[in-house]
Amino acid sequence: MYAFDFEKPKTVAEAAAALAREDAMPLGGGQTLIPSLKQHLAAPSALVSLTGIAEMRGVCTGDDGALCVGGATPHAAVAADAAGKYPALAALAGNIGDPAVRNRGTIGGSLANNDPAADYPAAVLGSGATIVTNNRAIAADDFFEGLFTTALEPGEIIVEVRFPVPERAAYAKFQQPASRFALTGVFVAKTADGVRVAVTGASEDGVFRWAEAEEALSENFSADAIAGLSVSAEGMVGDLHGTPAYRANLVKVMTQRAVRSA
Amino acid sequence: MPKDHGIGASVKRREDVRFLMGLGKYTDDMAIAGQAHAVFVRSQVAHGRINKIDASDAAAMPGVLCVLTGEDFKDVGGNPTGWLINSRDGTPMREPKRPALAHGKVRHVGDAYAVVIAETYAQAKEAAEAIVADIEELPAIVDMAAAVADTSNRVHDEIPDNLCYDWGWIEDNRAAVDEAIRNAPHVTTLELVNNRLVPNAMEPRASIGEYFPGTGDYKLTTTSQNPHLTRLLIAAFVMGIPENKLTVVAPDVGGGFGSKIYHYGEEAVVLTAARKLGRPVRWTAERSESFLSDAHGRDHVTKIELACEKDGTFIAFRTETMANVGAYLSNFATVTPTFLHGTLMAGPYKVPNVYVNVKTVFTNTAPVDAYRGAGRPEATYSLERVIDKMCRELGLDPFEVRRKNFITTDMFPYTTPVGLAYDTGDYHATLDKAMEMADVAGFEARRAASAAKGKLRGMGLSTWIEACGIAPSHLVGILGSRVGLYDAATVRVNATGNISVMTGAHSHGQGHETVFAQIVADKLGVPESSVEIVHGDTSKIPFGMGSYGSRSLAVCGSAVTKAIDKIVAKGKKIAAHMLEAAEEDIAFENGSFTVAGTDKAKSFGEIAFSAYVPHNYPLETLEPGLEETAFYDPANFTYPAGAYICEVEVDAETGKVDVAAFHCADDFGNIMNPMVVEGQVHGGVGQGIGQALCENTVYDENGQLLSGSYMDYAMPRADDVPFYNVDYSCQTPCTHNPLGAKGCGEAGAIGSPPAVVNAVIDALQRGGHTHVTHIDMPVSPARVWAAIQG
Repeated sequence: MYAFDFEKPKTVAEAAAALAREDAMPLGGGQTLIPSLKQHLAAPSALVSLTGIAEMRGVCTGDDGALCVGGATPHAAVAADAAGKYPALAALAGNIGDPAVRNRGTIGGSLANNDPAADYPAAVLGSGATIVTNNRAIAADDFFEGLFTTALEPGEIIVEVRFPVPERAAYAKFQQPASRFALTGVFVAKTADGVRVAVTGASEDGVFRWAEAEEALSENFSADAIAGLSVSAEGMVGDLHGTPAYRANLVKVMTQRAVRSA
Repeated sequence: MPKDHGIGASVKRREDVRFLMGLGKYTDDMAIAGQAHAVFVRSQVAHGRINKIDASDAAAMPGVLCVLTGEDFKDVGGNPTGWLINSRDGTPMREPKRPALAHGKVRHVGDAYAVVIAETYAQAKEAAEAIVADIEELPAIVDMAAAVADTSNRVHDEIPDNLCYDWGWIEDNRAAVDEAIRNAPHVTTLELVNNRLVPNAMEPRASIGEYFPGTGDYKLTTTSQNPHLTRLLIAAFVMGIPENKLTVVAPDVGGGFGSKIYHYGEEAVVLTAARKLGRPVRWTAERSESFLSDAHGRDHVTKIELACEKDGTFIAFRTETMANVGAYLSNFATVTPTFLHGTLMAGPYKVPNVYVNVKTVFTNTAPVDAYRGAGRPEATYSLERVIDKMCRELGLDPFEVRRKNFITTDMFPYTTPVGLAYDTGDYHATLDKAMEMADVAGFEARRAASAAKGKLRGMGLSTWIEACGIAPSHLVGILGSRVGLYDAATVRVNATGNISVMTGAHSHGQGHETVFAQIVADKLGVPESSVEIVHGDTSKIPFGMGSYGSRSLAVCGSAVTKAIDKIVAKGKKIAAHMLEAAEEDIAFENGSFTVAGTDKAKSFGEIAFSAYVPHNYPLETLEPGLEETAFYDPANFTYPAGAYICEVEVDAETGKVDVAAFHCADDFGNIMNPMVVEGQVHGGVGQGIGQALCENTVYDENGQLLSGSYMDYAMPRADDVPFYNVDYSCQTPCTHNPLGAKGCGEAGAIGSPPAVVNAVIDALQRGGHTHVTHIDMPVSPARVWAAIQG
């Protein structure tokens, strides 16, 4: 990797100040950024680690009952500490990557990167979570803007993610055979206001909500309720691991499996 | 009670202690004072003409010591090919020069055309990016059929049809096989792909070159399965330095699977740079470089036809194969798709006639060479898949069809229509054993249980044979080999009675240090702890031909045995003198030389001491010392064989295949260490399951490797494989080597892929998807799902 300065601030304010420097980049768990640096695909002037900020780490319950996850909380901590309150989220976090990834990678890093095959975007969009930054609160529906693109401004830091806890929820992931990212993953959440279905890994535009399935499942929360639906292959990813038609099939199959296990 | 030491005991692998504790010494672990670092500059296009390489900016960067390009190697030799293949018309194969660094053209993505040597790795890496190469991109040649058809676009300008050779085996069989197929009551035809594999040894290739100006000696420390061959090729062909001025050391090596048999250009480059700079020069491949530049495996496209009677009795096999050799000929690239493939195309069957045609084609892809099994997996896959398809077409039982066609025990030695002479075997016995292990009768109940879970269950069979213990030099010489394929060992009994054994075979994970010690200890009646195995250093070991082709035990183990016999013979002479008896009256047993019929005896240690302190010794007729070397050249190949049964569960909604059970009944002849054998079979079957279900090497139409990292290249993982059920109790010892050993290293990778694919097809057929008669490997979820959709 190219040479860079390294900072590890103790507060969000210090981090924001450090990130104001030209070509500085925030560093979460480094699961994407560090390999990119090693391949000389990025040349930041400075890396600002967010993992030393105590207020950004850990899982707690908010005043409104939401599950609050600090932006720099590693997946393993979510898997362990959210298991009682939001088991579907904990299960998702516990199946990201491998133990090394789960102990380094953070929820904020995953969401800010918005890899189109990452797991967390499905949970955040499927739960209707709120992304709290050092400047504002962003609804999940407004956050994800396509491949590796989000509503975050340069230098903006994800401080916390607030998940309203649904009545029932589950994540069903079909793994890409090599990377074990989601070839297609579906997060289903049933709340008093209806059902949300968020799909990752399948679309060329990144994570999305499957509106028809949400409508059908809000009427009748069962796998049979969507048996008659079909998903168009148009706009689905086609690559070494599956055609658009295959992914379209997986969207439905994985949605049904998520509903069954919710 | 099972044996706890000596031949046949499951002695724990002594080398594992250092491997598991991080105490191994691999090439990249060696830090040498004054070392400089090399970073190679590799082509990003598959095919291009090098107009100019401007290294002036790079050369001026901090820490840079020198930059070398193809120009610096254009007057030295190329990396040669070890086997001459002649085409059907008698013309010799096309053999383009393979330079250490590309010159004139780049021919595949990853083809190295320059190297930067700098004080640090980071400096070399940054400077490598500053090299400006004017490379005029040419259309990439990726598809083999197009490569042969289009004579205007050439990987090598002097080879118009991109064809290395068009080989027929056996050409005299051709007309008769054509006739048999024309007249046969039934012919089954199958077109299939044997997918290209990236070897993915855990340790990437690495090399350190040193030059000692005081003596003019060179030393290469490198990741090799075959240090003496590497020395020979560098000395005699590539660099033209005297063989006795070059030492090659292959220290601990973390896996090879064939890919480290060969000499690679990087080795000559680090030696050349070391001489130029007067400093050690080191290089370790990044994983991306391994994907792009290690010799790949397989990559055949085959049409096979099986002619038979309506009852399944085989009449003939005929195959037409296109084999991708990549951009250059790696050292054994020409023999892998020919003699290591075509000669196995009779399988364990008494088929009357066989004809094999192989066209080997140059493309703008990484070179392809032998990879675990090397040609024999390709033969087995073609045979066992087409037999399975024939059984479905004719409604025959696949187990019974194999039985009907097996060579029987009364037929050995048996000469096949493709030129091999099988010495011994019992194919019915291994099939019976596998069926017993797999509880074939209970399959229907297991299928029903899977169905209750929503899964389709299938069972697949493969009965395989290979020719290994490579190889009888006289025979391979007739067939075009440019090397001998004996091996060698020196047994040095030290004055204090402990023993150093120097072997030509090299261990890069197989367990030689344990197993060879078991053999020596067993035969000399000494503790295994007093036997040390030395390998991998050409300055210490006799000239051997390395480890590959399941040859270490059958060939080098035989050399060790021969050397031990010489030690015992000399020991008897010494004992006869000391015991004042006739030499022919001396017996050697359990580490003791005795005079027959008396209680007079000398221990092995006493004899060894006497050999080095020869005060009471027949010096007039016998030299002091107790050290013997033996070379062993096998009289024939060895022929391990077996039967594999795989059961899978298929999720029809997603296409995902789970291997539910895998049963192996193998005949490896005599077994030295059962635990090591089991480990070899487990590893081989794991690689075979990887090929069958996971591993997919994909070049796009521009010759870019799309599966160039673990993000896209799926290696089999622990949860992709079942608990294996392994048996090796059927033993028909090899008839022509002193250990009766056949070899087990490649078996799993040879026998398993067709068993897996046959099982998947069986599951789909039983599940009502009767239109699915074949799916090419890797049988990935997406491919299975697409096949079901039709």
